[in-house]
Amino acid sequence: MADKYLTPPLTDEMVATLRAGDQVYLTGMIYAARDAAHKRLVELLEKGEPLPVDLRGQVIYYVGPSPAKPGKPIGSAGPTTSGRMDPYTPRLLAETGLKGMIGKGSRSPEVKEAIVRHKAVYLATVGGAAALVAGSIKKCEVVAYPELGPEAIQLMEVENFPAIVVNDCYGADLYEEGMARYAVKD
Amino acid sequence: MAKTITYEEVVRAVAGLCQEANFYLGEDVKKALEESLARETSPTGRDVLKQILANIDIAAREQMPLCQDTGVAVVFLEVGQEVHFTGGYLYDAVNEGVRKGYTEGYLRRSMVDHPFLRRNTGDNTPAVIHTSIVPGDGLKITLAPKGGGSENMSALAMLTPAAGEEGVKKFVLETVRKAGPNPCPPVVVGVGIGGDFEKCALLAKEALLRPLGRPSPREDVARLERELLVAINKLGIGPQGFGGNITALAVHIEIFPCHIASLPVAVNLNCHAARHKSITL
Repeated sequence: MADKYLTPPLTDEMVATLRAGDQVYLTGMIYAARDAAHKRLVELLEKGEPLPVDLRGQVIYYVGPSPAKPGKPIGSAGPTTSGRMDPYTPRLLAETGLKGMIGKGSRSPEVKEAIVRHKAVYLATVGGAAALVAGSIKKCEVVAYPELGPEAIQLMEVENFPAIVVNDCYGADLYEEGMARYAVKD
Repeated sequence: MAKTITYEEVVRAVAGLCQEANFYLGEDVKKALEESLARETSPTGRDVLKQILANIDIAAREQMPLCQDTGVAVVFLEVGQEVHFTGGYLYDAVNEGVRKGYTEGYLRRSMVDHPFLRRNTGDNTPAVIHTSIVPGDGLKITLAPKGGGSENMSALAMLTPAAGEEGVKKFVLETVRKAGPNPCPPVVVGVGIGGDFEKCALLAKEALLRPLGRPSPREDVARLERELLVAINKLGIGPQGFGGNITALAVHIEIFPCHIASLPVAVNLNCHAARHKSITL
């Protein structure tokens, strides 16, 4: 387990350096999208139409921030449960070049397999530490689907955004390993 | 003589509670998290707990929501039977309070109008309102914002009497285990046992409102709470599911009489941001 510093777009080589349990700090631009936006993106892929954002090498943060107060770039902005994006994720990894996802909670076997196949990474940030996480988001702008409110796609400029590698491109899973290490058998 | 409470008083009280509950975590929860930090053996788990504690201070100082998911506004009304409401319908006042509190407090609006059409209502209404009539002439309002992540991992089972205490324990443990990292552990586990289908779900939610770690006044129930807490923390899920020995901060159980054929059990999970605030008018 080591500290890693990353700036998207991510390449296969960058992803290959990440191991489950590593602490990562992201600096640069990441996208924010959750349930409703994922549904729309995959609908576009199905129709063969272009997406409103180019996801090659990009990282999606599963977040629906609270509204920004005047003078602030964003409100509280912790991760939402990633599993709800599982039905859409393998397709995004296969067809858009998406490389990273940040959220919280476990992923389906299909997503974990797609992460390995397409050399991607799944990171978790601390759920419910939303005011703290917001401090590493410097700018935020809605780039698609403004009508979705907190579910719109946003482009965020982040600085040392903290996250932990859960699923790496070698098939490791921090949740499974962590639980096995600390479980007490009677 | 009946005490009069006005529509406007209810609106103001509810609006205030929305912001208070989302900005300021209860001292009981904060204390439980601090104690957990002392007991957690996983270094990653300790890091997580430190971030959670730092977040509590930032949220209070900046008046920012502890979590961006400011929840469904779950409102418990304990209405004294001597109270007389004037100026409009009580539930309209509650919803107007939620609208005002969430809008003015920059809290996230998370309600959609229809389970399938899913258009955001834009003001976090409607609230989910539970009303009970109690003796006296007061109105106690409790607002408990409930996030989707932990609510989604909650579960209910209609066990049969033969399943007994062991069956209940197994179901609670299995629910927490299956939830894993999703409900943002360390969690508070609210359990309802008995009643019927909807009564036991409500008991589980009400169990979450008890001051954290205060045991049930019934010794048999308090023992079950202690045993379940130990068993849950042996699962190894840990803070945020990264592994550790603090998976739950507390287990609270409420019981109620039930049918000769039934043993309903409901598990309502709450994330570490176990938010609720009350006011009495």
